[in-house]
Amino acid sequence: MNKDHGRHAAGATPDGAKPTGDAIVVDHLKVKRGTRLVLPDLSVRVPKGQVIGLLGPSGGGKSTLMRSIVGVQVVGGGTVTVLGEPAGSAGLRRRVGYLTQAPSLYSDLTVRENVAYFARVLGASAADVDRAIADVDLTDHADALVVNLSGGQQTRANLACTLVGNPEVLVLDEPTVGLDPVLRRDLWALFRRLSDEGRTVLVSSHVMDEATRCDRLLLIRAGEILSDSSLPELLASTGAEDAEGAFLALIDAANAANPAGSRTEGVA
Amino acid sequence: MNPRITLATAGRILSQLRHDHRTVGLLLVVPCVLIGLLAWIFADSPTPVFDQIGASLLGVFPFVIMFVVTSVSTLRERTGGTLERLMTTPLGKGDLMVGYALAFGLVAIVQAIVATSFAIWVCGLDIKGPAWMLMVIALLDALLGTALGLLASGFARTEFQAVQFMPAFILPQFLLCGLLVARDQMPSILSTISDWLPLSYAVDAMKEVTAQADPNVWKDFAIMGAWIVVALVLGSLTLRRRTP
Repeated sequence: MNKDHGRHAAGATPDGAKPTGDAIVVDHLKVKRGTRLVLPDLSVRVPKGQVIGLLGPSGGGKSTLMRSIVGVQVVGGGTVTVLGEPAGSAGLRRRVGYLTQAPSLYSDLTVRENVAYFARVLGASAADVDRAIADVDLTDHADALVVNLSGGQQTRANLACTLVGNPEVLVLDEPTVGLDPVLRRDLWALFRRLSDEGRTVLVSSHVMDEATRCDRLLLIRAGEILSDSSLPELLASTGAEDAEGAFLALIDAANAANPAGSRTEGVA
Repeated sequence: MNPRITLATAGRILSQLRHDHRTVGLLLVVPCVLIGLLAWIFADSPTPVFDQIGASLLGVFPFVIMFVVTSVSTLRERTGGTLERLMTTPLGKGDLMVGYALAFGLVAIVQAIVATSFAIWVCGLDIKGPAWMLMVIALLDALLGTALGLLASGFARTEFQAVQFMPAFILPQFLLCGLLVARDQMPSILSTISDWLPLSYAVDAMKEVTAQADPNVWKDFAIMGAWIVVALVLGSLTLRRRTP
């Protein structure tokens, strides 16, 4: 991975102190997809300059929450505020970077052509293109067509298209899925570096051992936040030995309280 | 809209085409093969049928081909997730629409030059008006196909549907455009409908250029131009930043 990057820090104060306040404020968010009430009434705050893990079983509303934060989800109620502005507003489109779960790339273009296109759309420079490709360790494959890349390489090319715009808030939907341990370690080091620069990194995952790499953890199940704490706090409160044990304990307790597992709403 | 983003989008679409040699080949060769076939069918005909309908067909090909190419490629943006990603960026809906129109308009110019040259100098198409006017009409036709393809793809959810829109949008216009039966000889209801369809004016303009040394086609151009703008505006309305 390329450590020599020319990225300017986002929101970090000159003495290197972390920015304070909340990057994302979700207040009583309600989202219905089809007939299913995916997020019944969700409120959460994401502090600036941290790596936040959004963890939980699949189908629990992680992607829907992320889509709401980047402003591509039709919401049924409540508010989502990012960097002080309503989610999805025009001023945020340069400041918030979104990584979709499935690679959203032009498979008939090369890695560099994809990253360069998103750079032009986001107003980033040619140096940003090289830096983003180096950050995901694809320099050797920059001129390969995306369709010829492996799944893990496509995931990384996808990430490069998000990094190229130097966003202040990164919303990354399962960026490490399907990657080998070395690449996962390198990407988590990259996320750490981004947060050290003052950026906010919201990362979803269903791999619980990735929890150890986050500053804070949000556990979401059936559209509800079960836990919002740091890992040591979580272990202390559940008495579990590791993140996986803590989450299983919380999910089992929640399932016992609400056996249906997910809420549905009658046809409106 | 932002000119930098519009041009970047047009450039990206052209890069995609550049990697797809077979599509470029088909775009350039298929119209020539069809025109050659048409000239051959009527080679022994006592009346100059090819001179009468050859030019009109030059206007129909770019329309049909661009409609299909555009509706499929924009549907790929929707289903491949790139549209959703673009909707989180500063890209405006107009940037995407005009980017597609610019890229495919450029392809249409090349296609029109190749197909028209082939018709005139290889197949011996006899036209009285200036040849460059045929190319302008072919370009407008291609832009019309692009604009309607963008609009149609807004209503397609799958590739199957997108391909089905071709006969649904195109064949009625083809039947009513005056190529098979002169528009003033159709039943009055059909002739009125054909007065509202853009392909009718493309064929009218082609006929005018074929028959007149000093053709008057500006009204036809204006109506086609209006259709292109309306279809692009309606098409951009089918793009949504937020989806359910």
